[in-house]
Amino acid sequence: MSIEFETPKPIAQIQFVLKTVAENMMRSQSRAFDENEHEIPFSYIEFMHTAMRSMGGGSLAPKEEKQKEGGELKEKRPPIAYQSLAAQIEMLSWGDVGFYLVTPGGGLGAAAVQSAGSAEQRAKFLARFAEEKPTFAAMCMTEAGAGSDTSAIRTRAVLDEATKEWVINGEKIFVTGGDKSFKEYEQFGKGFVVVWASIDPTAGRSGMRAFVVEAGTKGVSVTKLEHKLGIRASDTASIVLVDARVPYDNILGSPTVEKTTTGFKGAMATFDATRPLVAASGIGVARAAVEYVKEQLAEKGVEIRYGLPRQKMTSIERDVIEMEIQLRSAWLMVLKAVWMADNKKPNALESSMSKVKSGDVVTKITQKAVEIMGPLGYSREFLLEKWFRDAKITDIYEGTGQINRLVVARQILGYSGKELR
Amino acid sequence: MYSFEPNEEQKMLVDAIGKYAQNDLRLAAHDAEESCMLPKKLISKGWEIGLLQASIPEAYSGFGDRSAVTGVLAVEELAFGDLAGMLALMTPSLFATPILLAGSEEQKKEFLPKVIEGDWAPYTAALIEYAYDFDANDLLTTAIVEGGDYIISGEKAFVPYAKDAEAILVYANFEGSTQGFIVPKDAAGLSVSDDREKLMSLNALPLYRVKLDCVKVPVSNRLGGEGGHDFDFILASLRIASAAAAVGVAKASFEYSMNYAKDRDVFGVKVAQKQAIAFMLAEMATEIEAIRLLTWEAAWKLDTGKEGAIKDAFLAVTGAADMVMMVTDRGVQILGGHGYIREHPVEMWMRNGRGFAMLTGLAIV
Repeated sequence: MSIEFETPKPIAQIQFVLKTVAENMMRSQSRAFDENEHEIPFSYIEFMHTAMRSMGGGSLAPKEEKQKEGGELKEKRPPIAYQSLAAQIEMLSWGDVGFYLVTPGGGLGAAAVQSAGSAEQRAKFLARFAEEKPTFAAMCMTEAGAGSDTSAIRTRAVLDEATKEWVINGEKIFVTGGDKSFKEYEQFGKGFVVVWASIDPTAGRSGMRAFVVEAGTKGVSVTKLEHKLGIRASDTASIVLVDARVPYDNILGSPTVEKTTTGFKGAMATFDATRPLVAASGIGVARAAVEYVKEQLAEKGVEIRYGLPRQKMTSIERDVIEMEIQLRSAWLMVLKAVWMADNKKPNALESSMSKVKSGDVVTKITQKAVEIMGPLGYSREFLLEKWFRDAKITDIYEGTGQINRLVVARQILGYSGKELR
Repeated sequence: MYSFEPNEEQKMLVDAIGKYAQNDLRLAAHDAEESCMLPKKLISKGWEIGLLQASIPEAYSGFGDRSAVTGVLAVEELAFGDLAGMLALMTPSLFATPILLAGSEEQKKEFLPKVIEGDWAPYTAALIEYAYDFDANDLLTTAIVEGGDYIISGEKAFVPYAKDAEAILVYANFEGSTQGFIVPKDAAGLSVSDDREKLMSLNALPLYRVKLDCVKVPVSNRLGGEGGHDFDFILASLRIASAAAAVGVAKASFEYSMNYAKDRDVFGVKVAQKQAIAFMLAEMATEIEAIRLLTWEAAWKLDTGKEGAIKDAFLAVTGAADMVMMVTDRGVQILGGHGYIREHPVEMWMRNGRGFAMLTGLAIV
């Protein structure tokens, strides 16, 4: 081991490719899909699906390593799957974060199956993303009365002993990609949503389980699509489950309740893996804003002079330099968190820290960028005002900045949830 | 590839330095600050670890190669122990490292063995000037050529150990850019203030004002020889040292205030169990890590000659100055009234913290 910051070649290559995609498939349509909320960018979705399939998968998510039997042991390369994924997400979000969020391939739903499901479940539920049509999956966690406090979830799953089916009742909100995952579109393959529900309300968090609910399941319906501040190309759905029947084997994790919190920990483990990725996405948006500001200033002949004492800088120089410091350091925190994930090092602390940092800096950077650009920043003629709106979600979803501070604080203090509420 | 783990050699060095920083520097820090005196034995002990010696090749009597990454790891550890102690211990580097990086072969052969072969000896450098808008790239001290020599005039501030220095590396404005000149202690026109500088902190570190009144040095004393040298790389190395030291001081304040908050009772719980305090600590930890990584990357770029190294070192130290002020201020705040009392070290770290905006030039890696 050593301390190194050289971008691995495969990552540099995929960044190069995705930059072209971002410029040609995303930026060019960004404004149109922001103005027409809930329209689906089919051309982008189909392009990405075809591209990802041709590269051997149907999603951005890291492929499971296949062990060759009896084969010669090749020289072992350092694992970079999560690092690569973070870099891809950053670049796609630099293009358009709303589009990135509708990249087919399973998103958080597949991530939940990946981290909490058995080998058979992974094989059964994840194969579909590599098939002919683009396919979606989503995670249903939040409820009207349970946001960050997921232990307050009221959705119930009861086992019908006669049919060996789970019967689920409840209402989920803020499901990213819920519409494309659950509704059956001709252009898309059959997706699923992962629904978090309690199998034993007296057990609190230890009674919490995730269930794979296939698209079109009877008793389940998409009841609402939210109108949002930003990321408008991405649908945010409400999903209602009324006596929805799900096969016994669709439960992720153990069907019995011990007085432990393994079920809940499954969800939290998913977050350890995905928080730096959400951070990476926000950083892509902020980088777009910083680059735009620098380009515009350069065009007006404003040079940023690096290396001066603050006393000699202009106000704009101070602002831009501050933006660059924050952007780069936030990105390095993401890299460290995903590097740890790749190397199987526990990264709950680094993962949440990267999310705290990026939530903070991407909102501040985009806000400052709009301020610097004045009327050009505020006008819908340019994308900067859109990036300001898009960036804000980074500090909200996948745990608000405050929830992540709580996680970081518990980690550094060695406190349980009871000790630090 | 990306990698965030020090190599075995670095781990061993950091481990040895960490022990010294905590068991020696930290324990001596309070008395040193109050009495304005660092025990000679304390510095000698640190010198024996061989941080500078290990960064100089065998050809010049050292036993290793210079690495900015190793340097910033070591500086963070030392500053975590005590900033003044770290600066004192590393003062000879201020003289030797620029010679290693930019000196002529003759300069390396003449000076490097002298600095590192014996016990710690006061070789130093003078960069900072007494001006509110001090700018290392636009110095008020000047050097001009006259009759085949350089004539240096001006005034330097905060020069560590100048009084006893064997030689001082003086930075001056030569034809619009910053260049270093090796000035021996007995040079005519060189005068060191009798009194030490009195600053907001760093009482333990002997700092002096140095005047240069038409000090004449031969061409061979210009750093790099007659052709001079690139100052950017030296400045970047000074900046990342400052950034790493800021991380160390911030970490000291963070850990101390966190432990205090976990120990102190308030309304039937520990102070740290209050979100108002816990969130402050979470943010402190996050910002420290952010600047640490920024500093590591700049150091790695300097070591590997990557594009953007000079700019990144500037970004690192600029971010570090803000971070360390924020963190050390909160260190005091978390202790409340006790934080304001000199019995606890957090007030000293807060005074240290303010210094990073203007003290680049006191340490180099």
